[in-house]
Amino acid sequence: MNLSRREFLQILAIAAAQGMPLASGRAMAAARSGNLYELGKPQGNVTLMHFTDCHAQLLPGYFREPDVNIGVGDARGRPPHLVGDALLRHFGIRPGTREAHAYTHLDYVAAARTFGKIGGFAHLATLVRQIRAQRPGALLLDGGDNWQGSATALWSQGQDMIDASKLLGVDIMTGHWEFTYGAKRVQEVVSKDFKGQIEFLAQNIRTADFDDPVFPSYTLREFSGARVAVIGQAFPYTPIANPRHFVADWTFGIQEERLQRVIEEVRNKGAHAVVLLSHNGMDTDLKLASRVSGLDVILGGHTHDAIPRPVPVKNRGGQTLVTNAGSNGKFLGVLELDVRGGGVKSVNYRLLPVFANLLDADTGMAELIKKHRAPYETRLGETLAVSEGLLFRRGNFNGSFDQLILDALLATQDAEIAFSPGFRWGTSILPGAPITTEDVMNMTAITYPFVTTSNITGENLKNLLEDICDNLFNPDPYYQQGGDMVRVGGLQYACDPTQKIGSRISDMRLKGKNIEATVTYKLASWAPVAEGASGEPVWDVVTRYLRDRKVIKPPVLNRPRVTGVAGNPGLAAIR
Amino acid sequence: MKDLRRNFLKLAGGAGAMAVTVAAGLLKPGSAWAAPWNKTAFESKASADAIKNLGAAELVESKDITITAPDIAENGAIVPVAVTSKIPNTQNISIIAEKNPFPLAASFDISAGGDAYVSTRVKMGQTSDVRAVVKAGGKFYTAVKEVKVTVGGCG
Repeated sequence: MNLSRREFLQILAIAAAQGMPLASGRAMAAARSGNLYELGKPQGNVTLMHFTDCHAQLLPGYFREPDVNIGVGDARGRPPHLVGDALLRHFGIRPGTREAHAYTHLDYVAAARTFGKIGGFAHLATLVRQIRAQRPGALLLDGGDNWQGSATALWSQGQDMIDASKLLGVDIMTGHWEFTYGAKRVQEVVSKDFKGQIEFLAQNIRTADFDDPVFPSYTLREFSGARVAVIGQAFPYTPIANPRHFVADWTFGIQEERLQRVIEEVRNKGAHAVVLLSHNGMDTDLKLASRVSGLDVILGGHTHDAIPRPVPVKNRGGQTLVTNAGSNGKFLGVLELDVRGGGVKSVNYRLLPVFANLLDADTGMAELIKKHRAPYETRLGETLAVSEGLLFRRGNFNGSFDQLILDALLATQDAEIAFSPGFRWGTSILPGAPITTEDVMNMTAITYPFVTTSNITGENLKNLLEDICDNLFNPDPYYQQGGDMVRVGGLQYACDPTQKIGSRISDMRLKGKNIEATVTYKLASWAPVAEGASGEPVWDVVTRYLRDRKVIKPPVLNRPRVTGVAGNPGLAAIR
Repeated sequence: MKDLRRNFLKLAGGAGAMAVTVAAGLLKPGSAWAAPWNKTAFESKASADAIKNLGAAELVESKDITITAPDIAENGAIVPVAVTSKIPNTQNISIIAEKNPFPLAASFDISAGGDAYVSTRVKMGQTSDVRAVVKAGGKFYTAVKEVKVTVGGCG
């Protein structure tokens, strides 16, 4: 029997869907033998490396994967909506291993202490060099959310990341949070810093007035015997999820009809393989793959899902493989295509976890990082408090660092209820570790950090929670925005993700008393999207709170009572 | 060139240009302006009444009508909506935002032989189905697309 890689993947997917534990692919086998980064014999003539959503994390750190990532409707129980043991079973990963630690929250603190920090651009640079040595001509693709997420990125308008990306050897990029520095800054970087080195692609950004393209849609690259098209797809809902005034003259959207035309255009120009570098989010990519034909692979990001194997999706033209490569510099995807006779004959994909203690720091990159940090080093290193518990962010409903932010807002803003946005970026802090200014900025560094308070009626509070919840749990991914649920302090509620908008949120209470529709409550929140909003930056509020407390006890997570999802493999037992 | 067009638009806008753009279709010369304003349809407060007042007793779902509109509106105040009808002898295309206080947002007469493609911007205060109603050969056809209007934030 001579199975092609595609057929093999299909069988894997079918078997996995039936819940069969699987012996996993080469990467896992290599990992068990200790050669995580040895690729072995080439699996084709085209190699594309892919990282995404690094969120400006230049230094190695910790990032805990979610224990709550619920899928509803068709997405129930399918990647990416698997957490913990369910994820390990689906992908055939042995519990207790390095890979199990990379992909799940299981036994997080002990495993983090055993396996050490992840990511870091100096270590990533070494890995990229090792891959290039094994696969000459390999391209490096960055899915975006690179310039935002740290103090140094914010204070330099992304310059540290721009310089680091060039040194890393990024060839092609698309974007999302990049746009929160404003349209002008992005265009300046693309036309000056990136010129002749990094191509910034986005088929789905046009001018609002005449529908003119703002960036090229695609690039054609030659490999030995193969022409490969890479098409860029920026985050479609940038003007909605982030302040619209940063990109007031541009319009985004998924634009699948235009994407189909671009695919036809590159095929007509002789592309043997077509890859979409996407910041849609995995659920959106899975739907897109079913509706658009002619894409071989979607290299995806945005939703921060670390998915060890591609998900095959059937469509009119055959099949498209969909990947998602995690976040925080924790993973490097390596895609090999065997292109022969005018098309892709087989595909091999590995998602390599970047373990800092398995990769030497690249000296050139380490120098560059040091240079960029030098002016801020003292300030970044200031210890504000010590954390007794694990601090993290990721998860559908709340994270312990978000709880800390909520506690700080409630303590300082004279408000009964606090909201903190459901961002998916932000690092983790191990128990006993100091919380530094740098840590606080890793959780809050945005260009619209203002804390605001408002008076809101119970009815509007309910409508707001319903609206945000629908952005997460609408069964149609095209109506999702890819963030998590707003984190809520002070207010208790119940949430049934399987219901429709208007019926998911119930049993809203404040200190045990029912929320009344007509009563007005004082709400504190941060990251307003309205133009002209102002207020104290949230990092100052949190910093003051930490300095006052000095020791932070493990925050008690205020999570909604989640109903309707018993047994959902996207929900780990909450301890 | 792009800048020229932009400057022109600004000037035209300042001079009070037509708010509605009929992109590639042909407005019936004269009659589009002279056509009697369907007051009752535009002043209807429910989508069903607006449809009735357009003269449609019965609507047939049609796959030959394409509505191009965002899945999630970037700005509810100006939601771009375009409608293409491939139904032969299309005479009129109307756009209804079902949950708007006055649901009928626009109604275009198409002259014989004109491209049945219209494009405009609709103000929407909340998530709603956007319905296209096409009159062709004296019959009425329809298609629907949901446009979500959200408060935003939380990327």
